[in-house]
Amino acid sequence: MSTVASRRPDAEPVNYLNVEHGWKSWLFTTDHKRIAVLYLISITLMFFVGGFFAVLFRINLLEPEGIFAPETYNRLFSMHGIVMVFFFLVPSIPATLANFLIPIMVGAKDLAFPRVNLLSWYIYVVGAILTMYAVFRGGVDTGWTFYAPYSSTYSNSYVLAAAFGVFTAGFSSILTGLNFIVTVHKMRAPGMTWSRLPLFVWSNYATGLIQVLGTPVLAIVLLLLAFERIAHVGIFDPNIGGDPILFQHLFWFYSHPAVYIMILPGMGVISEIVACFSKKRVFGYNFVAFSSMAIAVLSFVVWGHHMFLTGESVYTGIAFSFLSFMVAVPSAIKVFNWTATMYKGSVSFDTPMLYAFGFIGLFTIGGLTGLHLATLATDIATHGTYFVVAHFHYVMVGGMVMAFLGGVHFWWPKITGRMYPEAWSKFAALIVFIGFNLTFFPQFILGYLGMPRRYHNYPPEFQALNVLSTAGASILGVGYVIPIIYLIWSLKYGPKAGPNPWGATGLEWEIQSPPTTFNFDETPTVTEEAYNYGPVEEVVG
Amino acid sequence: MAETIVPVGEEPSAEATHLRHHFASPEQQMDAATLGMWTFLITEVLFFGGMFASYAVYRNIYPEAFASTSQYMNVILGGTNTAVLICSSLTMALSVRAAQLSQRKPLIWFLILTMIFGSIFLVIKGFEYHDKWVEGLVPGLHWGGYPEHPEFAHHAQILFFLYFCMTGMHALHMVVGLGLLTYLLVQGVRRVFHASYFAPVEMIGLYWHFVDIVWIFLFPLLYLIGHRR
Repeated sequence: MSTVASRRPDAEPVNYLNVEHGWKSWLFTTDHKRIAVLYLISITLMFFVGGFFAVLFRINLLEPEGIFAPETYNRLFSMHGIVMVFFFLVPSIPATLANFLIPIMVGAKDLAFPRVNLLSWYIYVVGAILTMYAVFRGGVDTGWTFYAPYSSTYSNSYVLAAAFGVFTAGFSSILTGLNFIVTVHKMRAPGMTWSRLPLFVWSNYATGLIQVLGTPVLAIVLLLLAFERIAHVGIFDPNIGGDPILFQHLFWFYSHPAVYIMILPGMGVISEIVACFSKKRVFGYNFVAFSSMAIAVLSFVVWGHHMFLTGESVYTGIAFSFLSFMVAVPSAIKVFNWTATMYKGSVSFDTPMLYAFGFIGLFTIGGLTGLHLATLATDIATHGTYFVVAHFHYVMVGGMVMAFLGGVHFWWPKITGRMYPEAWSKFAALIVFIGFNLTFFPQFILGYLGMPRRYHNYPPEFQALNVLSTAGASILGVGYVIPIIYLIWSLKYGPKAGPNPWGATGLEWEIQSPPTTFNFDETPTVTEEAYNYGPVEEVVG
Repeated sequence: MAETIVPVGEEPSAEATHLRHHFASPEQQMDAATLGMWTFLITEVLFFGGMFASYAVYRNIYPEAFASTSQYMNVILGGTNTAVLICSSLTMALSVRAAQLSQRKPLIWFLILTMIFGSIFLVIKGFEYHDKWVEGLVPGLHWGGYPEHPEFAHHAQILFFLYFCMTGMHALHMVVGLGLLTYLLVQGVRRVFHASYFAPVEMIGLYWHFVDIVWIFLFPLLYLIGHRR
């Protein structure tokens, strides 16, 4: 009897999840959807590892004198940064949602290089294991930036293992970006022109460009750092004429563009969500698409604003300051156009849209405070303070993590075929929003008042705001645990979603949920622009 | 003699072109492979670019110390290696052509020649490294203190580190290239490549040419700094 005939009549149709079973079918898969799920599990684990460190150092900051030893505190915030930046934020949306969706959105059966895609996941796992090895041996105390000569000469922590972990994970990021670039160029279905691509694809294409152009520089600078630490060759050692500032230049040449690797995919998610839950075409599609490209290009010429305090020439500083202001233009275009999309749209308040609202507001605060830091004079006062911490987390947590959660909820029915519980998810979104603001808004005030970052203790007058921040962090933590519970619950008990629960446009909503292994029965032909929502009905009364 | 596997005038089968399931046509597959390889090479440019940038910075700060190192560089061996690599690029280009024309034996011989040239390069490089070790010019591991120009001892150390780092990374890419060529040779012997399927030969050829071009920049920057006068 064949397997097809033995299926019960009410059994689920064949899809990418039930087509094969067993661990081998997952570890040796080349299906972009299964690899996306593998990535989703891995980065979620790393997110909670990074969050665990945050919990510990927020506890330390409850008391002005600190609770842990200073050395322990240094290791906690360093490991938090390294794990969150390189193992959660950088791969978060590209390796999971975009990995799942880009081939479907452009009408292809898979990414251009499926085996390379699987390889990138294995490389990521190796990098994560190396970094976890550093953690279990006692961690790193250099901060996530690995600044020389502290990291190369003086630090007594596991710098090499962590740096090699980051070095390795970088290659996984390069391979993901390379795959996206080639897929978008060469794998589009007939009729899927560049101006018909969903904005999510545009933003991940721009991300891919940054990953491909920036990450190799991080690789080489970490390699130079490793040589310096192992053999003391002198390249970053000022004692023999080496230049530690060169390390900072090379590091930020990657790491500033890297923050756009972290935020651009989130912007793509928000474009999709806002269009769907306003039932309107994204206002100014071309501007939103090209603003992603503008951000990608500008991201490579602003790194010097991390180095205003290194004694770089004032003319260099002015140039970098001006260029950093320029990045605000495409970012603002996006915010204005999302807002204009909602104007006179048929706006509904489903969970993904709640996260999108959160993103737009918090990203705006994070972006505008970035202008304070791009300004030479105010940066000198605020650069070493919690103001920078708050700014960065408003963009990365208030922006990217919100977008990630919004995207996971938006496409959860497509990925799993099940709906999540609506009431719980709205409740969790609210908790996340409240917890986030309680955690990080006090840090703006602390920074403005002059509390320096990266210290394990602080003057007693800052205690109230620090306690508020720690209280907010625990609320935020609860907000992150609730979705884990109900999303896992929904895998078994969630109602069946159907192909298009949101009434959204786009190729991914025209196929079954979950999709089959090759996504489409036959290659689709695209005849209309993206977000082709009908006219919005006027509600009378 | 040329051997053809796919008869002229017939559409090659999916097995013969190694068409993978997610591509619509062999042309699309070839286009994707080509763009993927060029994108990968761009990442390599940026990777080496970090070292070239460091070189530019330090040479700008310490021009005399950098020029003083040229007397320790063996221009004869370096020049020979440049010639060897250019020859290997020629034989690599000829093996791609042989694959495109379904000529099995020329493909195999040109691949073997390319591997011989590549190995000669690495052997000569090994002798140069050995000389540097004997002379105490290896920063961090065997540094003799640069007795002839003690005033440049520190700064010349940076140049010698960059020398080992850049040529070492280049040599590592050569070793990887030799591994890839071995794979091509085995596949070539097995009659995998022909006019309808030669993508691996062309892609690895692109990689090989890239590695050669890196050397074309390394040679003058590292060997000829002090030879201007």
